[in-house]
Amino acid sequence: MNILNTPDERGHFGAFGGRYIAETLMPAILELTEAYAKAQQNQEFQDDLQALFTNYVGRPTPLFFARGLTAKIGGAKIYLKREDLAHTGAHKINNTMGQALLAHHMSKTKVIAETGAGQHGVATATAAAYFGMECKVFMGVEDISRQEPNVKRMELLGAEVVPVSSGAGTLKDAMNEAMRYWVGAVEDTFYVIGSVAGPHPYPAMVRDFQRVIGDEAKRQIMEAEGRLPDTLVACVGGGSNAMGLFYSFVGDKDVEMVGVEAAGIGIESGKHSASLGAGEIGVLHGSKSYVLQTRDGQIQEAHSVSAGLDYPGVGPEHALLKEEGRARYVSIKDDEALNAFHTLSRAEGILPALESSHAVAWAMKEAARRPKDDVILVNLSGRGDKDLETVLKHMERKGA
Amino acid sequence: MSCIKDSFEALKAKNEKALVGFVTAGDPDFGKSVEIVKAMCEGGMDVLELGIPFSDPTADGPVIQRSSQRALSSGMSLPKVLEMVKIVRGFTQIPIVLFGYYNPIFAYGGKRFYEDALAVGADGVLIVDLPPEESAELTSLWDGDDFDFIRLVAPTTGQDRMKQIADEASGFIYLVSMTGVTGSQGLNSSKVADVIAPLKAVTDLPVCVGFGISTPDHVKAVAAVSDGVVVGSAFERLIEENLENRGLHSMVKEYTESLKAATKG
Repeated sequence: MNILNTPDERGHFGAFGGRYIAETLMPAILELTEAYAKAQQNQEFQDDLQALFTNYVGRPTPLFFARGLTAKIGGAKIYLKREDLAHTGAHKINNTMGQALLAHHMSKTKVIAETGAGQHGVATATAAAYFGMECKVFMGVEDISRQEPNVKRMELLGAEVVPVSSGAGTLKDAMNEAMRYWVGAVEDTFYVIGSVAGPHPYPAMVRDFQRVIGDEAKRQIMEAEGRLPDTLVACVGGGSNAMGLFYSFVGDKDVEMVGVEAAGIGIESGKHSASLGAGEIGVLHGSKSYVLQTRDGQIQEAHSVSAGLDYPGVGPEHALLKEEGRARYVSIKDDEALNAFHTLSRAEGILPALESSHAVAWAMKEAARRPKDDVILVNLSGRGDKDLETVLKHMERKGA
Repeated sequence: MSCIKDSFEALKAKNEKALVGFVTAGDPDFGKSVEIVKAMCEGGMDVLELGIPFSDPTADGPVIQRSSQRALSSGMSLPKVLEMVKIVRGFTQIPIVLFGYYNPIFAYGGKRFYEDALAVGADGVLIVDLPPEESAELTSLWDGDDFDFIRLVAPTTGQDRMKQIADEASGFIYLVSMTGVTGSQGLNSSKVADVIAPLKAVTDLPVCVGFGISTPDHVKAVAAVSDGVVVGSAFERLIEENLENRGLHSMVKEYTESLKAATKG
């Protein structure tokens, strides 16, 4: 299969993807599919998006050679794609500006979003403020308590944060509730999904808005090293920052692509978020992919120290990349991610998001085993300021 | 062809509309759930929609979400739902339609589900999140036309799409009365009539209307413009409010009778 030709017109990435949604939403999804297809062909839309990326988001973000970290590990060269420097502090803004621009073209004046770590919520609230739209963000109560600074940011940006207490009060539950709300408000409301998940066209559309990460990184690494990297590394919850980095390199067969899932307190404990590593094929939130579930097809709760990875599903295109052997998926435990957070903070003066810390942790382990002229490119998808409370709590616990 | 068609024809001959009752299988537990269904049958229900509980019911409001949670906590699963259908089939001949989300059926296996559901006496299935665009992956695994795949039409469905859906439908068509989740308030029966007219123009199948119907007055108003009414959340609310009440059986029976009476023209 030629992965680059996916999805097909019905949104299938091989055996994955599709549109598994209630009939009430189907006409809106078909309308969105058509509007997005038009926008892709519309030069004005593309120019507007490019201008927003340059003047508002702050693109291109730098590709930074992590000299200090590389020296400390003593192996392969580690480069960081600095998505943490994008406006609002994470890659999420690339997608929300794209979708909000599309919503604007479709004359929608209300947007909703789900959020886990709060980064997508903040990015949606930001885009809504920019375009003058009403914004509601659904967020699990557990995530509200562990990502409080982002809750305040969303409120300051004029968004309403709707607490979701069903289930474990995390990202899955927030998405359930956003979909329920959307069923009732579908006639005038645009749903800004934050990952390469959900029904078609979301997985492809979000990937397209995020591919700017890989497009830039490819150009930047050629300038810095005169060649493509040996390995790309990105964390995977739903998988948008990973897909954004990987997509431009899918055709470059010599570039290894590694997605890092959250192993939580250990895969064997069952408390993890490794849908690709330990899940089964199933249908969740509108598409078919790998899902953490029981034998009876009930969705299981995920676990991760990072709210943004705490999700029992994963985007369908990652399922295809795994199935085709084009990318491989590994996992990193909570402790290892926290350790990487501290290491990168000290070595480079960069506080990474706990999500991104998973990618950094795997890159550190791998770099140590690689020759010095190997190049590992890590997507540093977000900044860690939002995670200070979680990190400090873990330090106290460790010290006690 | 399942027995669903015959049932609607028999009702028509009596100048009655169908009362379709929904409950989640296994809520609050297996034994009580069987008793509740028995009470609904005694009360005159014409079609049973038996919910397959799911952990993440994204089209359901809080009442049915909680009923699913109670059922799952009591150990309910798709194999047990099928076991329950077999027991229910022992005391009633009314059509039984399974109702749920796709993932538990996908995990069970689409062909195995069809064979086993038919074997225990179910007549069809409605899967909320399996629209016409995706349903062939399931229905293509089925060998006969003896098990109906009930299709949904929503207020947002345009008439061209209604026709596409109706052309593939069998049994009856489930019309969602309003945009929103199950158990929503604000039923507007004249709005329902506006959606039924274009639907009736493209199909001869019976049309049953659900979402937001909870009182005999609702039933009367909607039955006047459709072939049947679906009541779900209201049954679940009655169950939830009387979990420990020994009088639940007679309450369910009486409530069903009051709804059924409103379907008689």
